[in-house]
Amino acid sequence: MEKVVEINDLKMSFGNKNILDGVGFVLKRGENIAILGESGTGKSVFIKCIVGLLTPDSGTIKVFDKLVNDLENGELDEIRQRVGYLFQGGALYDSMTVRENLEFPVRRTQVSKNKSEMDKLVNEALENVGLLDAIDKMPAELSGGMKKRIGLARTLILKPEIILYDEPTTGLDPVTSGEISKLILQVQEKYNTSSIIVTHDMKCARITANRLKLMGDGKFIGEGTYDELSSSDDDYIKSYFN
Amino acid sequence: MIKIKNQIQESLTRFLTEIGNIVLFTRDTVRQFFVGPVEGKEMIKQGYYVGVKTLPLITITGFIMGLVLTIQTRPVLLEFGAQSVLPGMISVSLVREIGPMVTALLCAGKISSGFGAELGAMKVTEQLDAMEVSGTKPLNFVVATRVLATTLLIPVLVVFADVIGLLGSYFAIRMHEDISMLLFFSKAGDAITFTDLIPATVKTFFFGFFIGLIGSYKGYTTNRGTESVGLSANSAVVTASLVIFIIDLIAVQVTELIH
Repeated sequence: MEKVVEINDLKMSFGNKNILDGVGFVLKRGENIAILGESGTGKSVFIKCIVGLLTPDSGTIKVFDKLVNDLENGELDEIRQRVGYLFQGGALYDSMTVRENLEFPVRRTQVSKNKSEMDKLVNEALENVGLLDAIDKMPAELSGGMKKRIGLARTLILKPEIILYDEPTTGLDPVTSGEISKLILQVQEKYNTSSIIVTHDMKCARITANRLKLMGDGKFIGEGTYDELSSSDDDYIKSYFN
Repeated sequence: MIKIKNQIQESLTRFLTEIGNIVLFTRDTVRQFFVGPVEGKEMIKQGYYVGVKTLPLITITGFIMGLVLTIQTRPVLLEFGAQSVLPGMISVSLVREIGPMVTALLCAGKISSGFGAELGAMKVTEQLDAMEVSGTKPLNFVVATRVLATTLLIPVLVVFADVIGLLGSYFAIRMHEDISMLLFFSKAGDAITFTDLIPATVKTFFFGFFIGLIGSYKGYTTNRGTESVGLSANSAVVTASLVIFIIDLIAVQVTELIH
């Protein structure tokens, strides 16, 4: 399978603290990988480096075979349009309605669309997340789960080939968490996307991921399927599944 | 002693780094004016916030400014029998200095802090990052539109404040003398020359530019955490006010040279 993300020896530090210490990683087309780890181990920093929101100290990041580290702004924007990012709190634009939130990236990154084409795109994205009736609401009127779904719809509207999920179920009740997890899986099946899911939620990891990677001390310290890791002899790895 | 030296060195480094960052931010923002794309709808929205929403505040303070200035000045002129020069004196004071300064300081308080808090909240809730990763330039959509709105509209607000201030002055004089509005404004207008008007107007564009820029910069560079949002808003007002005084000082020197 084609490698869509390939990372080698990634290092990043904040002040004297090493956050990423020589991380290597490969994501293949159509694959979902969940990254687990304690808070502050650098999981979010890792995926922010992939889209160029943070610049690593050293190491290489290849997305669709292009070195992200070397890209000019315009080229980086082209890559970013193919990589969706779902932020922890949804990161919806407060001053815009749900419709405007969804139209915003389309108007600025794709050839101009007429009203009916735009309506079709917005409706399709909202139907995918089951929130078509929220189209004219403001973000302040939405619950935490709804914000994440709308955030996902805004990510999906650009038809990304890779989606990075930053703690998609954090702060949600078990029922809504389960729904979001199923939605992530549906997106993978429907659009054949590749995903990296940063999460603490083992149920989410089990439902959504083909492989799990465990991060600790700035490196990946364990890797495998859910079943493989859950039957590991390592006490630290086992503690995640108890 | 070494500790004090280190602290001074650290503070100086921090200060110079901040200046460097502001210069780079200014360069990147100004570049957005030319490379676009033009965000017309957002420009109008910000123009409405800067212009229309600030109008009531400017109207009330402008009127009081003219009224108080006249009430305070009139007795002194009366002693010398020179009350007839009052409209001209008030208009020169308002146009040259008091109108631009009071309006700019009010706008620093209202608009800079507003931008600092709004952009700070957007930063903390990752909305700016969300724009960035979707291939949209937040510097263009969020910052350039705001800076352009303040640069173009604060001079208009200053002119408006000057006129309202003169109106306040007229009412203050009318309390004691029978003078027509036409005569008052004619005397006020006669006292103002181009060398009063041009530097005073030019400096208001700089006031507007820096009020928008500093508010946006402070918000854009907010650290994580809600506490930082408040600090950004506060810092925006303080820095913008300081910059207004520095610009005014430079403008006074330039005006002196012209005179």
